[in-house]
Amino acid sequence: MEMFDLSLIWAAIIGFGVIMYVLMDGFDLGVGILFPFAPDEGSRDVMMNSVAPVWDGNETWLVLGGAGLLAAFPLVYAVFLPALYIGVFLMLAGLIFRGIAFEFRFKSHRNRRWWNRAFSWGSAVAAFAQGAVVGTYIQGFAVEDFVYVGGPLDWLTPFTVLTGVGLMAGYALLGATWLIMKSEGHTQEWAYRLTPKLLLAVLAVFAVISVWTPFVDDFVRDRWFGQLHLIWIFPALALASAAWLWRSVRERREGQPFIATLGLFVFTYLGLVVSKWPVIVPPNYTLWEAASAPESQLFLLLGMLFVIPIVLAYTAWTYWVFRGKVREGEGYH
Amino acid sequence: MELDPLLLSRLQFAFVVSFHAIFPVFSIGLASYLAVLNGLFYRTQNPAWERLAIFWTRVFAVVFGMGVVSGIVMSFQFGTNWSNFSLAAANFLGPMLSYEVVTAFFLEAAFLGVLLFGRGKVPQGVHLFASIMVAIGTFISAFWILAANSWMQTPVGMEFVDGRFRVTDWSEAIFNPSFPYRFTHMVLASFLTGGFVVAGVSAWYLLIGRDVEANRKAFSMCLWLLLVLAPTQAVVGDFHGLNTLEHQPTKVAAMEGNWETRQGAPLLLFAWPDQDAQQNRFELGIPGLASLILTHHLDGELPGISEVPPAEQPPVWIVFWSFRVMVAIGFAMIAVAVAGLWLRLKGRLFGVHAHRGYLQLMRLMSVTPFLAVLAGWFVTETGRAPWLVYGIMSQAEAVTPSLTGGMALFTLVGYGLVYAVVFWAGVLYLTRVVRQGMLPEAPHEDEVERPKRPLSAAHVPFEDAASQPGRS
Repeated sequence: MEMFDLSLIWAAIIGFGVIMYVLMDGFDLGVGILFPFAPDEGSRDVMMNSVAPVWDGNETWLVLGGAGLLAAFPLVYAVFLPALYIGVFLMLAGLIFRGIAFEFRFKSHRNRRWWNRAFSWGSAVAAFAQGAVVGTYIQGFAVEDFVYVGGPLDWLTPFTVLTGVGLMAGYALLGATWLIMKSEGHTQEWAYRLTPKLLLAVLAVFAVISVWTPFVDDFVRDRWFGQLHLIWIFPALALASAAWLWRSVRERREGQPFIATLGLFVFTYLGLVVSKWPVIVPPNYTLWEAASAPESQLFLLLGMLFVIPIVLAYTAWTYWVFRGKVREGEGYH
Repeated sequence: MELDPLLLSRLQFAFVVSFHAIFPVFSIGLASYLAVLNGLFYRTQNPAWERLAIFWTRVFAVVFGMGVVSGIVMSFQFGTNWSNFSLAAANFLGPMLSYEVVTAFFLEAAFLGVLLFGRGKVPQGVHLFASIMVAIGTFISAFWILAANSWMQTPVGMEFVDGRFRVTDWSEAIFNPSFPYRFTHMVLASFLTGGFVVAGVSAWYLLIGRDVEANRKAFSMCLWLLLVLAPTQAVVGDFHGLNTLEHQPTKVAAMEGNWETRQGAPLLLFAWPDQDAQQNRFELGIPGLASLILTHHLDGELPGISEVPPAEQPPVWIVFWSFRVMVAIGFAMIAVAVAGLWLRLKGRLFGVHAHRGYLQLMRLMSVTPFLAVLAGWFVTETGRAPWLVYGIMSQAEAVTPSLTGGMALFTLVGYGLVYAVVFWAGVLYLTRVVRQGMLPEAPHEDEVERPKRPLSAAHVPFEDAASQPGRS
């Protein structure tokens, strides 16, 4: 009966959803992380305006991913969430505060300071928690018989703190290059100056993580130093993206830095996926073992195939409508 | 005392879902009301309908936004606190919840923007169409969620193998025995909520004499609606109860406070259920009435709570009293709706002879549907205890095994604080929107429309203009 490997299709959908979320919510979380360091309140208005029309569409992918995981790979859902219990709470609390701050900062004047803080702290905490999720995924989970049996803070190790900080830096880099593209004047100049520093920080963290990972995870070590030599193409492409980013900032290009940063993220992500494939709940369960029943995967797939193109088209349309520079004092608060 | 992760998880779920539920319950009703208002304006071109539609669209935007924000937590809670249940029921629950998310996003992507921002920019017919689609979309969202919940109450269309449910028949599982009743009951509850809130706000405007023409229309149509719906809800609720008696007799026994199976059970108006003693400490009731309502015979047999061992009984006093709160509010709703008709016939609803006390009463009544909805959910959810999937999977089996009491307490307090801030900001803002009322929008330098962001459709500053010292 099985003409298609539904689990594989779903892995592609979820994998696509994850990277869409990371790239899109990444830059608006990054803008939030950079928020307190902005030169002045006028720049902050520009920063917030540059992401205001799109941020909640970006978070669409997170909720879609959460529900999709439950439907397609329930084991992932039922292991990651208990294992990262406290981290998930921090992430959701961060995202909620920041979402509310978005709406009320512009409607509020007396309390604007507090909404500013909610925006930046919420963004930073959410970014850190997401980075820690990545680290925990590399680290693996204590699972026995499909049930998480580890402790409440297993997810918080020096390694995951590093990945958490690394993703904060990465999101900040996405945010800075987004601002180069979307702003002008002293806000843009500030973003130009910030970008090389952030890039160095990201590369430093990536280097440490890359050296550390084979010691954390035997599976990845075997994969990296085994037969599959082609795997080195991803870090090579990521480094090439970093070099392009460096050069395009020095040449004061406006659009290229952001594209280069997207490339840096995509190739790093693909590298991670290939390193772990097909293990989805490390160290023991593959995506087929984590899958739900085929009739359930099929039942939802029909709806997804209908809706994903619409969401994509709408997303593209929104970005098209709000293309171009955001200027101080006008903008679409 | 040892912290019990199961109890804390139940409290947390109850808190988060109660907090969340009040927004969609309201927005479902309001979305249909908006469709009606836009339809009336389309037909009659009477600007009063448009003024009402514009005002209530603003309220809808805020309520919808609050519902989305508070709903994010819901989509993760099943995994964090009920991971065994998530894994076991994912084959059914996953597609249901995902389809709800998908419906909501489809709705938001395609039609919400047009409803919120499209007035005057798209042809009137297109705007009306978007409004109707949003209303339909809210029903579809509710459909998926209630299908999932009803299946947990009356699980069918499945086989339970190796600790996991597998769907054998989708339509049987989705349209499970309690689903049609729960769905109808809930949709009517949403209409009643929308009706009472609109009536209450209109009554307040009439009391202070603001925008009288439009608010008279709104108040009048709401009273007609409530006059029909409040009694209908009582009948539907009765059918829902009969259905529950068939499938979940223990829940009904707890609702009635009936410990022993007996014939001619009384309808208890008041009692103090004592779970330890397995009896009521004090009771005051009308003989035979419970049997009459539930079996349509005065001496009909009503099952008792003690048919199942104490370990399989729900916490009776919660079910018993929540049920009474819900029913009492339901009767109060019927009473005020009938009183409205009486005043209308005597010509004392509007104008100089308007009964101001009645308007004040309707103002206060606008809170009651929320209480009734929450009480009703307390009945049906607590009444299912100790089961999570009725008769198959208990709450204790469903809870996340690795969860400790400390972790659960941490997030319970945490979500309490987060939602307190969200609720404070949301309600404060809603009151400002209502207080500004149907006045033409002040020119706003801050706001320009954009899609996707419900709250930005409201255009009301968070504080009074006078309280902006730093503004220059």
